[in-house]
Amino acid sequence: MALLEVKELDIQFPTRFGPGHVVRQLSFSLEKGEILGLVGESGAGKSTVGNAVIDLLSPPGRVTQGEIILNGERISGLSAKQMREIRGRKIGFIFQDPMTSLNPLFTIETQLIETLMTNLDLSKEESYKKAIELLSAVGIPEPEIRIKQYPHQFSGGMRQRVVIAIALAGDPELIIADEPTTALDVSIQDQILNLIRDLCKSKEVGCVLVTHDMGVIANTTDRVAVMYNGELVEIGSTQQVLESPQHPYTKSLISAVPRSDIKLKRFPHVDYIEKEQESKKTIDVKQHWLGQRQLGEETDVTNEKEALLRVEAINLRFETQHAFFEKNRKYLQASNNVSFSVMPGETYGLVGESGSGKSTIARIIAGLYKQDSGQIIFDGQEISSMSEGQRRSIRQQIQMVFQNPYSSLNSRMNIFDIISEPIVFHRLANDKKQVSNIVSDLLDYVGLGAAAAVKYPHEFSGGQRQRISIARALATRPRFLICDEPTSALDVSVQAQILNLLKDLQDELGLTMLFISHDLPVIRQMCDRIAVMKQGSIVEEASVDNLFTSPQNPYSQELINLMPNLDNLSREGLDDLLV
Amino acid sequence: MALFLLKRLGQGLVVMFIISTIAFAIQDNLGDPLRELVGQAVSEQEREKLRDELGLNDPFLVQYGRFLKNAVQGDLGTSYFFKEPALKVILTKLSATLELVFGATLIIIFLSIPLGVYTAVHPNGFTTKLILGWSILGISIPVFLTAILLVYFFAVTLGWLPSYGRGELVPMFWGWETGYLTLDGLAHLVLPCISLASIMLPLFIRLIRSEMVEVLSAEYIKFAHAKGLSRNRILYIHALKNTLLPVITVGGVQIGNMVAYTILTETVFQWPGMGFLFLEAVTRVDTPLIVAFLIVVGAVFVVVNTLVDLIYGLINPTVRLTRSAQ
Repeated sequence: MALLEVKELDIQFPTRFGPGHVVRQLSFSLEKGEILGLVGESGAGKSTVGNAVIDLLSPPGRVTQGEIILNGERISGLSAKQMREIRGRKIGFIFQDPMTSLNPLFTIETQLIETLMTNLDLSKEESYKKAIELLSAVGIPEPEIRIKQYPHQFSGGMRQRVVIAIALAGDPELIIADEPTTALDVSIQDQILNLIRDLCKSKEVGCVLVTHDMGVIANTTDRVAVMYNGELVEIGSTQQVLESPQHPYTKSLISAVPRSDIKLKRFPHVDYIEKEQESKKTIDVKQHWLGQRQLGEETDVTNEKEALLRVEAINLRFETQHAFFEKNRKYLQASNNVSFSVMPGETYGLVGESGSGKSTIARIIAGLYKQDSGQIIFDGQEISSMSEGQRRSIRQQIQMVFQNPYSSLNSRMNIFDIISEPIVFHRLANDKKQVSNIVSDLLDYVGLGAAAAVKYPHEFSGGQRQRISIARALATRPRFLICDEPTSALDVSVQAQILNLLKDLQDELGLTMLFISHDLPVIRQMCDRIAVMKQGSIVEEASVDNLFTSPQNPYSQELINLMPNLDNLSREGLDDLLV
Repeated sequence: MALFLLKRLGQGLVVMFIISTIAFAIQDNLGDPLRELVGQAVSEQEREKLRDELGLNDPFLVQYGRFLKNAVQGDLGTSYFFKEPALKVILTKLSATLELVFGATLIIIFLSIPLGVYTAVHPNGFTTKLILGWSILGISIPVFLTAILLVYFFAVTLGWLPSYGRGELVPMFWGWETGYLTLDGLAHLVLPCISLASIMLPLFIRLIRSEMVEVLSAEYIKFAHAKGLSRNRILYIHALKNTLLPVITVGGVQIGNMVAYTILTETVFQWPGMGFLFLEAVTRVDTPLIVAFLIVVGAVFVVVNTLVDLIYGLINPTVRLTRSAQ
């Protein structure tokens, strides 16, 4: 008998326009000790399925049809009280963000012990003992001390361990993990996934692992179910699905996953996913405004052998704790003697885990932070000591694309105003008519269409917003583009489109790019040379192929090793795109 | 902790210095204290002599310097009307006001939390709409009208409760007399406390409701459900504690406000408190009393806010830690 059986499940969210189906006719089953991956992009309904199993759909969503059977007993349609008996005791749940899934005002002890007392009917002393056992089982050192602490005293990875300990507290038969490692660094991700895997295998617990990340699927799951638009399009053993996907959606999804083993010229077209792909308008750059240089700029013939940007011995520290006396203050060294240079037309990658100081460098170059010491030399000029007035023309040449497309656009301005603002500010156009022509061309150029100009940011999806950010960055005719994690907030198919767009732009406009990411496969696809950063310092600099084939520094080696192994992914349709 | 209190004390002194400056600066515009102080029959020469004696003819800065020098020693001047130190006059009335505010605060706490939680948990229920509709009404009706209506129904028509004064009091320490220990005193407290609470209660219900709605959508509440906890534990332990953090901050300021603005309630109920006293002081152009009143109210604000910050630190572990680390 299967541990969990989901039969023809339908979930609806009533909307103003009538009932909206979020999940349609979904069926799957799970055995004891098995890990089933539920994969898909945002909006596919994968998290909804997880929530439906423990009856925690956020209202007004509801199960309209189908059955959920746990160990032979139907659990869909139980009363709230009966469902409470199942949650925690039979089904444990792990949420995505360990930073928000623990109550900040209670100690770990309170939160663990209340779970144990409720689900196992233990006394307080027995619960305490069991809590300590659980914490050591999930690998928290010194559990007797740590248990007295509050969530904010734990790091992200440690918190997720606590969440797992709580999920396991009631000795559940089934664990539902909803994106358990998405908010974590790659090295922590590896530890947490191993932990989940070991626990499932040793305790014979079944696990539904909901994720958007093919790497996680490949390394952790036994079987995988692929969801698209509320429907299950393919289910099978992980190996089989990844190596020889059958359904066209699975095929395009897999082809859009950035690969770490081979470098491609472009990501293959993922037509199945975005059906109404607007065609990108080509512009003859030599004739067009975009390709022109400003007066004065034309004379600076950039020497191909000389670096466009040189970062020399940059140091910056932030005060983390203020005190009256200098000796009591504490600092965080955000950049420690960082030096590198970027050649014209090249894409230079900065890679590292969170807190390694990659974004700090980007912000110093863009002039958003001021370094304590060191120089930024752009096109032969030291720029960080310039006055604000001199700096203006440099700012026009260096532009930035930010990570989160939801917060980097002003939601009260329409797209025309957003893109035209830098053109007007830097006086790059002669009259209003020219400005509006440029904006329409830019929107066409990034594949949104000129009609987008009158809309507001909330009318666009994440990927479209990132195109707007790129158009805004291009609006000053920059020579140097800083991309700070430009695709980490996006789905993989959208990521593939945005990365393709950036590559096209670079080819056509001869842009020089600084590309920052924590995602090694993305770096591999985008960059020519890479610097690996750790705790504010560069530990290794190498060409992209050298770094991925023979990393020298132990930290780089570790990062490369921790990268989810995707060598078995299907290569269908990629042969023409190999570099 | 000690450093925090010291810092607060310093800030409090600055606040009170500014308040005293403003209060002192406007006193020339409040009218002529002599007109109230002496009878019609007093001649102009005698008035002038009295002005000299009171120091009212000195330049502003000299007067202010004298005031500051005395204020530092705890002497805020002598009330023209009571012929007693202004601070002492106010402090004897302070207990009456604080008892009124205390009662109103109790009403607010014991009504706003359950009602706020109820309306957050049942956002579309009929009762919720009733409570929220009524709360709009409560905000819109001025305090004195509420007070008069209460007096009309419960004191005049029904005759259940007394309509003015403090009733039978029991002396406590430092001249503090309380009405909380006798039945008669309690009966006298009911109507004034309700009318004082009436304007703040809707605000708190709405504040708790909106905070609670936000907290209920937090991930840790969903996780608490997934842990299999009971509904009551989730609502009243996990959610409520998080809800109360911002409420405490706002609440502290509002309680300070109540102390300062009991004037209307005290006037309607002839409550012998500070607000009532202040109103009288203004009509009598009793400037030392007015200045002293403003300073005392400023001090109440500073003390209440310090207490609020301390309580906040006790509830919120992140605040407590950063503070002890300082």
